[in-house]
Amino acid sequence: MIRDITIGQYYPAPSVIHKLDPRVKLVGTVAFIIMIFCINNLAGYVAATVALACLIRLSKVPLKYILKGLKAIFIILIFTAALNLFLTPGTPVVQWKFIRITQEGILMALKMAVRLIYLIIGSSIMTLTTTPNHLTDGLEKGLGPLKKIHVPVHEIAMIMAIALRFIPILMEETDKIMKAQQARCADFESGNVLQRAKSLVPVLVPLFISSFRRANDLAMAMEARCYHGGEGRTKMKPLKYYRRDYIAYAIILIYIVVLILLNIFFGPVQDMLFAAIGLTI
Amino acid sequence: MLMSIRLENINYIYSPDSAFKKQALKNVSLEIKDGEFIGLIGHTGSGKSTLIQHLNGLIKATSGHIYYNDQDIYDDKFNLRGLRALVGLVFQYPEHQLFEVTVFKDVCFGPKNLGLSQEECEARAREALEMVGLKEKHWQKSPFELSGGQKRRAAIAGVLAMHPEVLILDEPTAGLDPKGRNDILDQVAKLHKESGMTVILVSHSMEDVARYVDRLIVMNRGSVFAQGTPAEVFRHYVELERIGLAAPQVTYVMHRLAQEGYSVDKDATTVQDAVKEILAALNDGGKGVGDR
Repeated sequence: MIRDITIGQYYPAPSVIHKLDPRVKLVGTVAFIIMIFCINNLAGYVAATVALACLIRLSKVPLKYILKGLKAIFIILIFTAALNLFLTPGTPVVQWKFIRITQEGILMALKMAVRLIYLIIGSSIMTLTTTPNHLTDGLEKGLGPLKKIHVPVHEIAMIMAIALRFIPILMEETDKIMKAQQARCADFESGNVLQRAKSLVPVLVPLFISSFRRANDLAMAMEARCYHGGEGRTKMKPLKYYRRDYIAYAIILIYIVVLILLNIFFGPVQDMLFAAIGLTI
Repeated sequence: MLMSIRLENINYIYSPDSAFKKQALKNVSLEIKDGEFIGLIGHTGSGKSTLIQHLNGLIKATSGHIYYNDQDIYDDKFNLRGLRALVGLVFQYPEHQLFEVTVFKDVCFGPKNLGLSQEECEARAREALEMVGLKEKHWQKSPFELSGGQKRRAAIAGVLAMHPEVLILDEPTAGLDPKGRNDILDQVAKLHKESGMTVILVSHSMEDVARYVDRLIVMNRGSVFAQGTPAEVFRHYVELERIGLAAPQVTYVMHRLAQEGYSVDKDATTVQDAVKEILAALNDGGKGVGDR
């Protein structure tokens, strides 16, 4: 059950995507996410879907594994879709007492659901194909220029690295503690929301304590190895761009341009078509 | 009816259909009888911890059957939560599961989950804490004020308070000093003797378990490598070494002495037995010639 959460986990596979420079993947992911929220027409969504499908294929991560990550956001997804469905003003389709579903609401709910799903899949492809160390290296290098305006880039990257590194450890720990309490007949599955929340106390208390213990140990271990922040620190394997990275940048650029062009040219056409059959977006 | 646990062809695979796929148990068949004191031994990653989590139904086998008192525990009608009370499992570093304000309340957690009355819970907690030999002055303290050994006792009491028929301890001595280690093991042996409870002791240290158990089960790479009385198992000390384990040091001493021609019993598994054997051999005149 705990093992099902795949966000932030690394999945080893011999693929081009895995080999890409983390900076490329970071830029690509950010570009993908921004574009997802800019799309205003159907063709754009089709393009995004094709891009995503190609990415998944190239990454050699099983689709099932990627989709598992969606389970974690299922409730948020339902919630967002429901809010959009019921609260968007416009032409009503269903009206029953205070419940009103509008045409715009349905479209909005669909749009938000698709966007959220793509956002999660897109970002989980990045984390699944990049080791946490690589990812933070990329972040540190990529944000390097911000050091000039006194942004503590190294510290931010280190915090991220540690946080990511601890996700699987904490999940394992949670699993262990839950099992230990289940061995004492603790019940996490039945009862109402309040009872269930209360039944988590025997898990959360030991989890907090062990997190603090681990944090303490880690700080000590880092100090024992003379860690003193990013000042003058060098890398064992400095990041370097290869040809494939430039090609990837080019593909990202093409993707952005294609989506913008679709927005400019196909968007108005679609609006006109929809208007002709009485639909509005 | 006598209690028994029977495992038939248990297989277990971690994270199937992914790159992390790993077969942790391969075709494990075992029988554990009422009142036995069993030592489960194996190298790190040999599947011991996975195996014991099957015994109280925390993990469901990928294939195979487990029978508790001849009832299939994977049957839909079987009460798995009830099984967890009957098969008490003490995890590795059990002190990490303590969470209540006081030791006493923490020990009450198990019985409370069984739906027992407040008085019954408290009576059981008192009894369990006495069983593990934790002094009464510690009962109302926060678990985090106790020493490592005391915490561990408290955690074991937390499982004992459910009155299990079978007690499984996963590496109960890990991280304790020699005195703490002996204290815990002696206490467990005493429990076994006095209550007749079936006990399964998981360990990777032969020395620890040889002294106490009736039967040893040796695991290697997810399957049962050998089983039998400690003496029977230790006779195969060469094979044990090959899988990264070792027989107790006395076994080596006794085998060496026998090789040198002393008439000692090679099956002595504890230091006390070995001392007796060696003294007897020396009194008989050593090698028989008496030239030493």
